[in-house]
Amino acid sequence: MTDRPTIDHPPATLPLDAWHRAAGARMVPFAGYAMPIQYPDGIIAEHEWTRSHAGLFDVSHMGQLTVSGAGAAAALEALLPADLQALAPGRMRYSLLLNDKGGVIDDLIVTNITEGEPTYFLVVNGATKVGDIAHLQARLPAEVALTPLPDLALLALQGPEAALVLDRLFPGIATELGFMEATSRMLGEVPVRIFRSGYTGEDGFELSLPAVDAVTLADRLMAEDEVRPIGLGARDSLRLEAGLPLYGHDLDTETDPVMAGLAFAITKARRADGGFPGAARITALLRDGAPMRRVGLVLEGRMAAREGSLVFAGEEQVGRVTSGGFSPTLGHPIALAFVDTAHIAPGTALFAEVRGKRLPATVVRPPFVPHRYHRKGEA
Amino acid sequence: MARYFTTEHEWIEVDGDSATIGITDHAQSQLGDLVFVEVPAAGTELLKGKEAGVVESVKAASDVYSPVSGTVTESNGTLEEDPSLVNSDAEGEGWFFRLTIADPAELDGLMDDAAYKEYVAGLD
Repeated sequence: MTDRPTIDHPPATLPLDAWHRAAGARMVPFAGYAMPIQYPDGIIAEHEWTRSHAGLFDVSHMGQLTVSGAGAAAALEALLPADLQALAPGRMRYSLLLNDKGGVIDDLIVTNITEGEPTYFLVVNGATKVGDIAHLQARLPAEVALTPLPDLALLALQGPEAALVLDRLFPGIATELGFMEATSRMLGEVPVRIFRSGYTGEDGFELSLPAVDAVTLADRLMAEDEVRPIGLGARDSLRLEAGLPLYGHDLDTETDPVMAGLAFAITKARRADGGFPGAARITALLRDGAPMRRVGLVLEGRMAAREGSLVFAGEEQVGRVTSGGFSPTLGHPIALAFVDTAHIAPGTALFAEVRGKRLPATVVRPPFVPHRYHRKGEA
Repeated sequence: MARYFTTEHEWIEVDGDSATIGITDHAQSQLGDLVFVEVPAAGTELLKGKEAGVVESVKAASDVYSPVSGTVTESNGTLEEDPSLVNSDAEGEGWFFRLTIADPAELDGLMDDAAYKEYVAGLD
């Protein structure tokens, strides 16, 4: 993890700060918070536990907010390329906050949580949440209400046994929700918003609840044999294997959705009608193709190519690595890179330069480890 | 034999004009699970404070520096196949390389065990 806090004052504490320390976590500054990078088991054991059982992640650093009002969907559609008017209550979409050049200000998940007045729940990245809120406040019309929810915690339960475990706390939840669906339940007196989503490539859930009740839920989940706490280190290696971009590394304001391989986030209806920031440029990129594309690279041996490594085809520099590291599941290094489109066909043999050495790297289409999301209608 | 430590968390065990070098237990615990270790080949000329090798954890790569100048006589090839040896026994079986010390005066200013413990305690 190469992230550095962008602040000089001491990092803020998470609602579960003492809980993490009691569990033996090593705390590091990340996105302005003291966060657990790993517990005593270590990153590889935590990674493998999540792929085989259920890992509990504290992601309360992320920004949670609602956008509500009669015109909320249309107002958000002016800022995001998602087709929100077609998003039914209880459904979630991955989307992108775009600037006027079509660059990515942030990636986020928007959920229609409407029960009466139209209301959308947004989860944005921790490191960008202050800027996101300012951007939304400046651009949303006055009749649409933006409500930051800093008193909420966010926990994620991820892995093949997550549904089994969560169904004990919330009976029926495993069959009620499919991937990218959300609902609300009570845990005793505590209201919990439950999303079937995550950042590991595994089936799993994200759970939003009042910060004051976060310890209660964390303890309840940890009482289950299948659950262990997982730190930021394994969160990063899991998301990398799943081929999921990390904002500030694989995505930034100089990156457009087409080069980033995120064109799926620009819904078909929105491609036809435009009306989102940077639409003209993005429509042209969709039609003509982007000069570079995000690809996966698989390396031999054990030496990793990391963010900033240059990518070569023979002697010609054709790209750069935006995230990279060792894949515990595959047993060799993997990387995400932007590469000139002449060299993006799967199987293309390239090199990544690391400390003056040229390491053979083969282009693949991410994910590196197949996703195992629970989609309704599938077994 | 005497063991010294650097502020960059290497240890050096001195035996006459030869020395064995590795990273400290504190260093391995800070790095976490190691997945790759690169050690200098026999014959490599190293300079005090300059890069001698690399350790990579899941999350980052870090340089290893030579505590003194000298010529590498042997490196621990086992680490290339099993980097986790550094996690399990950093100050023993997880040694990195041996060298012939070029200038024993370069040992002056390195920390002894007590001084290094105090240094690490002050980092938290």
